[in-house]
Amino acid sequence: MKLFSLQQNPDLFKPATEEEKSQQDVMSESVSFFKDGCRKLMKNPLAVFSIIVLAIIVLAIIFVPIFVPYEYDEMLSVNGKRDKGAKNLAPFTYSELEQEYIDNGGQRFPHIFGTDEQCRDYFIRVIYGTRVSLIVGIFASVIVLIIGVLYGAISGYVGGKADMIMMRIVDIIYALPDMIIIILLSVVFREIITFPSGSLLSRLGTNMVSLFIVYGLLYWVSMARQVRGQILSIKENEYILAAKAIGTKSGRIIKRHILPNCLSVIIISTALQVPSAIFTESYLSFVGLGVSAPMPSLGSLANAAREGLQSYPYKLIFPAIMICLIVLSLNLLGDGLRDAFDPKLKK
Amino acid sequence: MSDYLVEVEDLKMYYPVRAGFKTIPAKAVDGVSFKIKKGETLGLVGESGCGKTTVGRTMLHLYKPTGGRVIFDGEEVTEQNIHQMRKRMQMVFQDPYSSLNPRMTVEDIIGEPLDVHHLYANRNERRERILELMETVGLNAEHATRYAHEFSGGQRQRIGIARALAVKPDFIVCDEPVSALDVSIQAQVINMFEELQEKLGVTYLFIAHDLLVVHHISDRIAVMYLGHMVEIGDADEINNNPLHPYTQSLISAVPIPDPKIARAQKRIVLEGDVPSATNKPSGCPFRTRCRFATEQCAAERPELTDRGNGHLVACWNK
Repeated sequence: MKLFSLQQNPDLFKPATEEEKSQQDVMSESVSFFKDGCRKLMKNPLAVFSIIVLAIIVLAIIFVPIFVPYEYDEMLSVNGKRDKGAKNLAPFTYSELEQEYIDNGGQRFPHIFGTDEQCRDYFIRVIYGTRVSLIVGIFASVIVLIIGVLYGAISGYVGGKADMIMMRIVDIIYALPDMIIIILLSVVFREIITFPSGSLLSRLGTNMVSLFIVYGLLYWVSMARQVRGQILSIKENEYILAAKAIGTKSGRIIKRHILPNCLSVIIISTALQVPSAIFTESYLSFVGLGVSAPMPSLGSLANAAREGLQSYPYKLIFPAIMICLIVLSLNLLGDGLRDAFDPKLKK
Repeated sequence: MSDYLVEVEDLKMYYPVRAGFKTIPAKAVDGVSFKIKKGETLGLVGESGCGKTTVGRTMLHLYKPTGGRVIFDGEEVTEQNIHQMRKRMQMVFQDPYSSLNPRMTVEDIIGEPLDVHHLYANRNERRERILELMETVGLNAEHATRYAHEFSGGQRQRIGIARALAVKPDFIVCDEPVSALDVSIQAQVINMFEELQEKLGVTYLFIAHDLLVVHHISDRIAVMYLGHMVEIGDADEINNNPLHPYTQSLISAVPIPDPKIARAQKRIVLEGDVPSATNKPSGCPFRTRCRFATEQCAAERPELTDRGNGHLVACWNK
């Protein structure tokens, strides 16, 4: 007759202990916006893949020049004697002079990508070219980032007439043909500016400086527009009004309340700006307006390889693969960042 | 020295509205005057879009008033002294979800007024003060390092209240602080407002559209319609003896828990929509929907007149 019994286990009706009570009001682990975004980014296989590729490339351009015993502008020589036979070598082959040297018991570092028509090791040139291209890309993006964010933030926050005027200036800049300005500026700069010899700028050449200047002058506009749009929507939030009611000054409101909230947009468009700058640089180098010789960049290497394309196709393939890898991984990383930091795509 | 803490005189706030090439003013608040005594709660009611929120925000100079004056503790609030005034006048916002910055920890949200007005000598003092404020509004100390999105609506509103209290204000504008909350949480938060008033002696302007809530917390009630004050008086007086036809219809719309009484009561249903603030009716703003409207109502706007016991009504017929 257990079925009809009203007897209950009294243990079930004991008051909860302090420990059990505390279990009731456990909140989920505190997760900041950034940790959350990074966690989602790490779940995206394409983004992780591109991070790994970029990390390998960055490590390579930092450390490879230390291990490889050649210089990017060094014509090969064996025992102090110019090796004129080491011209246009295929990957992993040696010239006659080098072969002789190795046969006599000498050590010679292999030419992983072969050599170019001026007897220079091609591998180290590609590595230096990548270095130049990446530096140009990142530097140009930083210029765009600083100018675009400042301009967009002021325009969006101040609003009204100032916003109107600032955005019309942006519209005008949008209408200027960027390539022509880069070309004109580099022609002018070649005449009027000389950099102290040995500095990084002089090694990159006036063309690159004009590229940076043009980025500073023209390319920030899309960043400024995006930041302004973002700020216009953030400005409507009550926490901005609350900050004003507290007595917070405008500068602090922009710094503490508005910019942190449009950080995701800024990060993403910067990540996507780098490949665009690398492309511009490659393109300019390809048409002969890029870095000054002998400093290589991926674009100028590809341009130089054009002449012997049928005999030595690998000389075009290596820098082209490098450009593709960098641009593709940066684009994929940018996409991954957008997905990870866009609150509307929250899973 | 008057016994009024806040005096609002003929406050006007017009928003510019673009209509083609012309700019015409939308008269959100059109000449509102009232006074609030020290330690008192004035409830401000009215339907959506009647300018309640604008009154609150204009009083704190969050919007620049088009006209009129706000006198706080005998001193006119101006563009010059508003920064100092913000140490004494604060605001609690309606939406606990958008009024807290999602990128800041609770500690930083509550600490911001302290930072802005330099109200502490060192980090420890800041931290102590923040924890004290959190305790005042019923939050645990361990919540300090968390972000706003980890809290429920009621808890978020408490954070917003703690932020307003941080500067030890004398006067707080509560802009529909409970309308975004669940009914059960509403009661908690309202009781907290009352406790805080007893403990700290703050004065409230309590903006809401829920008459029951306003009647519960307020000493006096002011009713707004289309940017004008139509009736103001003692809370019980307004509730039991509403004179303005608009107030009467508002009161009749309050749900009554007892079905027998509810059935016996007749609801006054207002016809039509609220007129646009850019194109207001002539004379009395309410006349287009009023049952008693006469020709005089269309010709001339009624002023607030005293009907005894500080009960002021703006109506020709009542």
